[in-house]
Amino acid sequence: MSVLADRLSDRFSGAWRLLRQATGEAKWDEYVARCERDGAEPMSRRAFERHRADEKEHNPQARCC
Amino acid sequence: MSTSTANPTSSGPGSGPNVPRSWRAIAIWTAVAVVGAVCWAVLALSRGEDVSALWILFAALASYAIAYRYYSKFIANKVLKVDDTRATPAERLENGQDFDVTDRRVLFGHHFAAIAGAGPLVGPVLAAQMGYLPGTIWIIVGVIFAGAVQDMVVMFFSMRRDGKSLGQMVREEIGTVAGVAALIAVFAIMIIILAVLALVVVNALADSPWGVFSIGLTIPIALFMGFYLRYLRPGRVSEVTVIGVALLLLAIIGGGYVEEMGLDGALTLSHETLVICLVVYGFIASILPVWMLLTPRDYLSTFMKVGVIVLLAVGLVLAAPTLQNEAVTDFATTGEGPVFAGKLFPFVFITIACGALSGFHALIASGTTPKMVAKESQVRMIGYGGMLMESFVAISALIAASVIDQGIYFSMNAAAGATGGTPETAAAFVNGLGFTITPADLEAAAASVEETIISRTGGAPTLAFGMSLIFTEAFGGGLAAFWYHFAIMFEALFILTAVDAGTRVGRFMLQDTIGNVWKRYADTSWRPAAWSASALVVLAWGYMLWIGVGDPLGGINQLFPLFGIANQLLAAIALTLATVLMFKHGLAKYAWVPGIPLIWDLIVTMTASWEKVFSDNPAIGYFAQASAAREARDAGELYGVAKTPADVDQIIYNSTQSGILQAAFALLVIVIVAGAAVTVIKAIRAGGLPTTEIAKVESKIVAPSDFFATKEEKEAVREWEASQKASV
Repeated sequence: MSVLADRLSDRFSGAWRLLRQATGEAKWDEYVARCERDGAEPMSRRAFERHRADEKEHNPQARCC
Repeated sequence: MSTSTANPTSSGPGSGPNVPRSWRAIAIWTAVAVVGAVCWAVLALSRGEDVSALWILFAALASYAIAYRYYSKFIANKVLKVDDTRATPAERLENGQDFDVTDRRVLFGHHFAAIAGAGPLVGPVLAAQMGYLPGTIWIIVGVIFAGAVQDMVVMFFSMRRDGKSLGQMVREEIGTVAGVAALIAVFAIMIIILAVLALVVVNALADSPWGVFSIGLTIPIALFMGFYLRYLRPGRVSEVTVIGVALLLLAIIGGGYVEEMGLDGALTLSHETLVICLVVYGFIASILPVWMLLTPRDYLSTFMKVGVIVLLAVGLVLAAPTLQNEAVTDFATTGEGPVFAGKLFPFVFITIACGALSGFHALIASGTTPKMVAKESQVRMIGYGGMLMESFVAISALIAASVIDQGIYFSMNAAAGATGGTPETAAAFVNGLGFTITPADLEAAAASVEETIISRTGGAPTLAFGMSLIFTEAFGGGLAAFWYHFAIMFEALFILTAVDAGTRVGRFMLQDTIGNVWKRYADTSWRPAAWSASALVVLAWGYMLWIGVGDPLGGINQLFPLFGIANQLLAAIALTLATVLMFKHGLAKYAWVPGIPLIWDLIVTMTASWEKVFSDNPAIGYFAQASAAREARDAGELYGVAKTPADVDQIIYNSTQSGILQAAFALLVIVIVAGAAVTVIKAIRAGGLPTTEIAKVESKIVAPSDFFATKEEKEAVREWEASQKASV
């Protein structure tokens, strides 16, 4: 029983992680993890997202028909 | 032997000792082949009886599965020789921005969202005038041997060149003249595509207060999402998308009450007013910061894209509708169909571009996506697999158009000049085509979706009507009007996103090009340059849109062929590049892989271009049309469906212009193909030529290649992740 529950929760957390990667929200998680590893103080979420928006501003991606 | 193993160090025996599993695989693939063969046989042999739409659906799915399993694997391993021990640009140049190692499934989603939009929904609907069979065959065969091959091969070559764009590759691998021609062609083709897509939206929203209300509200909804993400809760994309989609559904439901709200008068807009609104909107959207409008709209559009495709597939299976369309109509041979003129060959093959072979994809498969691929072998699932998925969308659209009563289909898709715009005249016109429909039938159909349906050309309303039939059948509940506007909404959403993004890409291209002679203009942060370049791009497609809307012969009828041919001429450029690279890399033996679709595409586009330019039939040749109209004018008469002398002048002007554009596109492609031929001859003589491919660097990362990781791949990834942790 608990094996099944474990497997289900594995699947669920895997799907959740993929979704966060798809929306780009995982970038923040990765950044925080990286800062922790390097012992650096992370910038605020607001400042981080602003950097990402600025970057998008200059790299437009075409959308096809 | 499996060569697509992900692990560079432990590429053990591919087949392994698991004998029962391989027997199971053989059984499964035999079953898939049998299902496919039976479906195709039913489609080929049924005439004059009721045929279920599911035969088309499963013929498509079985064919895709087999093509993916065998042909794409052959291309990956034998032709391109993908090498997972070679680091991809994402690994070598990782910067967390454009170069970024991305999970293959996530990248598949991003790539699919970028390539698919309204195109595969519109073309098949128009092509349904020739029956369901020609479209079905072309969509499935076309994607397997042309469209998906193009996307995958271009993605691979761009990946081997650090994500260079199509234009750059043409210049560096074929020559400067061809490069300049490619640059002009890409820009011009993009303008035409934007104009035609915008025309589809205008035709769907004109005199539709419900549609205008719902689509209009997407702007404040997107703005709200943008400010939410910027100021309220930065970065919470999933959360804001859920809120946005809920608001979107409310906007569709709310549209049903425009009359009660007393807004129907104010929101009943003419074609001309809508053009002005779109142009103004397009300009503002392209100069606003992306976080305000473009990015949140993109989230909505992507969510709806995936949601609607799943919904449509489920709806089709549940409803299992019967096809009302004939397998092949007489219009295929007479070439006198009211939706677009011309015979099956070549016009079905250019009317359906997206979904079978779309050159525009080459712009996305070079550039953005290849910079994010983790492993070379993944171009198979992302490039080939992504295009198969788009093809599935096209097949669904073809089915939706083919389950509609054919009398209604032709009433909706013939130009206003032909149907006369009222149920009585439309019924008379359609009966004249040989289909039976009464004015009362048309009125009842219109009442069911609460819209006028006569001469709603452009494909979107027809698809929406078909989808409302399917969803009502599948899910019940008498919600036909809601489903109709739901479908209109998501098509308009895709198109507006494409218009926003396309205008911005066009602006960057223009700034970059002018920047070659005037350096400062290339600075994308410099406002005068940004604004003037945006204005130029918007005016270019706005002008074409205006021409299309005012065309007495029907804008879709006149411009859609130009759009289809333009898109496939772009495909010709991409496939030419791919073929040249096969020879330059010394892989002449496999040059047929991109070469055969290239030759087919050149035959189709050049025949179509030739007919459009030189045909003496005024219904097909643009110049023949202009001179017939001119003769009528000189004789003091009206021409065709023209109602005033001004209409006749308009026809002369529009047709001449379309003819010139058509000829210019074809010439640009000929210049590129000629340049390519010279390069190929040199390459054959030398047995290969140096290319700009980046030298191999050993890869250090481990990742699976396909949608589902094998047991060995999972194990390898686990080992690698453990070793990564240990080394930190």
